[in-house]
Amino acid sequence: MTSGGIRIKAWAAAACALFSSAVWANPQPGQLNMTRGVSEWSPEPYFLNNVALGVCVVIGVLVFGAMFIAMFRFRKSRGAVAEKWSHNTMLEVVWTTIPVIILIVLAWMATGGLVSFADTTGSQMTVKVTGYQWKWRYDYVDYQGKAIDKVGFMSKLDEQSNDTRQLRSGLDPHAVKVGDENTYLLNVDKPLVVPVDTKIRFVITAGDVIHSWWVPALGWKIDAIPGIVNAAWTNIKVPGTYRGQCAELCGQDHGFMPIVVKAVSKAEFAQWLAQQEAAGKAPPATPATPASPAPASTAAAPATAQAAPVATTSGKRG
Amino acid sequence: MAHAATHDHHDEHHGAPSNFFTRWFMSTNHKDIGTLYLIFSLTAFFVGGSFAMVIRAELFKPGMQLVQPYFFNEMTTMHALVMIFGAIMPAFVGLGNWMIPLMIGAPDMALPRMNNLSFWILPFAFALMLSTLFMHGGGPAGGWTMYPPLSLQSDSLAYVVFAIHLMGISSIMGAINIIATILNMRAPGMDLLKMPVFVWSWLITAFLLIAVMPVLAGAVTMLLTDKYFGTSFFNAAGGGDPVLYQHVFWFFGHPEVYIMILPAFGIISEVIPTFSRKPIFGYKAMVFAIASIAFLSFIVWAHHMFAVGLPLGAEIFFMYATMLIAVPTGVKVFNWVSTMWGGSLTFETPMLFAIAFVILFTIGGFSGLMLALVPADFQYHDTYFVVAHFHYVLVTGAAFAIMSGTYYWLPKWCGHMYSEFWGKMHFWNSVVWVNVLFFPQHFLGLAGMPRRIPDYNVAFANFNMISSIGGFLFGASQLIFLGVIIHAVFFSKKKAPDRVWEGARGLEWTVPSPAPHHTFALPPVIHDDELAHGHVED
Repeated sequence: MTSGGIRIKAWAAAACALFSSAVWANPQPGQLNMTRGVSEWSPEPYFLNNVALGVCVVIGVLVFGAMFIAMFRFRKSRGAVAEKWSHNTMLEVVWTTIPVIILIVLAWMATGGLVSFADTTGSQMTVKVTGYQWKWRYDYVDYQGKAIDKVGFMSKLDEQSNDTRQLRSGLDPHAVKVGDENTYLLNVDKPLVVPVDTKIRFVITAGDVIHSWWVPALGWKIDAIPGIVNAAWTNIKVPGTYRGQCAELCGQDHGFMPIVVKAVSKAEFAQWLAQQEAAGKAPPATPATPASPAPASTAAAPATAQAAPVATTSGKRG
Repeated sequence: MAHAATHDHHDEHHGAPSNFFTRWFMSTNHKDIGTLYLIFSLTAFFVGGSFAMVIRAELFKPGMQLVQPYFFNEMTTMHALVMIFGAIMPAFVGLGNWMIPLMIGAPDMALPRMNNLSFWILPFAFALMLSTLFMHGGGPAGGWTMYPPLSLQSDSLAYVVFAIHLMGISSIMGAINIIATILNMRAPGMDLLKMPVFVWSWLITAFLLIAVMPVLAGAVTMLLTDKYFGTSFFNAAGGGDPVLYQHVFWFFGHPEVYIMILPAFGIISEVIPTFSRKPIFGYKAMVFAIASIAFLSFIVWAHHMFAVGLPLGAEIFFMYATMLIAVPTGVKVFNWVSTMWGGSLTFETPMLFAIAFVILFTIGGFSGLMLALVPADFQYHDTYFVVAHFHYVLVTGAAFAIMSGTYYWLPKWCGHMYSEFWGKMHFWNSVVWVNVLFFPQHFLGLAGMPRRIPDYNVAFANFNMISSIGGFLFGASQLIFLGVIIHAVFFSKKKAPDRVWEGARGLEWTVPSPAPHHTFALPPVIHDDELAHGHVED
């Protein structure tokens, strides 16, 4: 509602985005296709999406084309007389076989992507993610083979978005910005900071109800379930700030618990981590101290207690 | 004269009861009960639709303008429950009630009193469920799937569970009735493989219903005991597993999806041959495809759960099984197109809806195939891409088929022609606006908008506004539908002939329009060439 000019520019930019893809990692106005993402694995779903879409478009053109031809050629008003046949074995065999072949090719491609996703071994870093109503908790478990001591924090919707999103707040969502980027409902008070070019294993669980941790630029989402630890991995190739949201209905503020991942160079990350560890060791509690999470839930305690040993042993839940 | 007197007496004895209460509340007549189901379904369609209007109004632009997030979640939950259990399923049962006995030459349903009971449970079930919206603490807001632990936080859980139990009992009784009718009451000569495809589709659907409604009942009962009786089926802290619920639920849920589409396939398989004036292509393949889809529906449930962290082997199995469904579904689509090929086509309203069904349902099938690819599903899952997908198969699929069937058989029901002009107005408005409504939602999902959120980043603003405009106009278009029906039933002067459509085949077109209160008191003689699909020997 603020400025139509910016909108039009955004549309034009998005039109470019559809064809040049890789540039946009976060949602863009008028975005038409999936992001290619910025991680080692994220091109898999993007590629699969494009191939499957292409296959569907071709089949659609053929089938709907035949249908439209039938609708014009065989109109009663053009004097068409109905034929009597209602069977053609050859044709039926052909159109059963061809889809099977197409499906086998698609299945083969998808299986490759799935197997590489499932392999969380050889990671150089582990981050534990815990979903709560309605915020995320991040605990850094280890980095380059060394255990990290007491680096963990809550990450929740930033204050400006939170004020703006109140019912009839009168505040303009278009005004919530970081630099040029609109971050309404996609910004947090404290982002997850991770290094690039590092295979990071996420162990994901929840303290109360089921959530789902999703950053489109990383290429996947996985549910955060109380009492269960899921594992997934990423290896981010491009430094930047990547935004996502909770993707599993988790109560009234489900739409208001975004995820922000800030990928920085390894050197920057080492520096940041040292700062956090120092802050964690300082006796008075700072926000970085992993004090027992606040949200009222009886399930929280056993869930997190269970999570710790599993997190260090196996990847997938058994 | 004696003959005439006897005839009069005969009519009086077998006509509809003149007392309103006796006729409609105590009815055991398949036509009257069918009508009740259809009226109920249309009412639920508008109630559920009004919830959708609230959803689209809140999503019209970014920022919270109209309702609190919790109420928004109640609306999404109730919209789904009302549309699935109140609009789509009862509409099919109503069509089945009306048409199955007429199509197989039976005098009525096999179990008429149970038929009455299975309908009259429904209004009470829905009163119970909808009443929660007016209660302190509000209605269910955890989504129609009711995943624990979230659904256990709701104060109205018990109401919804009992409402679902009632709906399940109603559905199971309806299904038993349909199976009993089809297997026992066919006129001599109406062999199973001579039945109209619609009857076949209902026979198979009824078995699905009997198989899975008890599973749903079990799942929601476990929710109930978890919340009120201290059990821990789904509570990790007590040794349970929240994911177990999802397995049990979707073991019901996926066949349920086909319960809502197989009878639609049946309707379309009646309408397209009629207006193509050509027998359905590959009758046996059509029946076999429905049966294989029904079988496959039992082994694909976890494709709703690709993001819960299934083991690799399970993800691969469920992906392959899901992709297999594309084969029989493809066969059906190809056969519909082939039925039209070489026909003599006219485009009355039922045919328009049927053609739109084939195209738009296929688009929904395409996005379904994309969703089956697990790595891509890690991106699509729980986004608006999924919302677009299942609205394409349920609105332009199931609902369009129901509308097609309604226009197709309405003259048979009420004895008058509907207004073709307004029928077409309804069609063109629906087909345009439904695409304005749902097509942009594919883009929203691909761009990263999760489903079930009441507010969103401004990047999603354009398509949401387009979608909302489409939604309001699609909603408004359905008032035309209501108008056409009311006009046809109460005001239309144009008498419908017995065989309403030139190309219509099948027993239902051999009885007068409107169909008398009792038909086929004596079984009809079946002539194979009068059946919808011609000879099926080859």
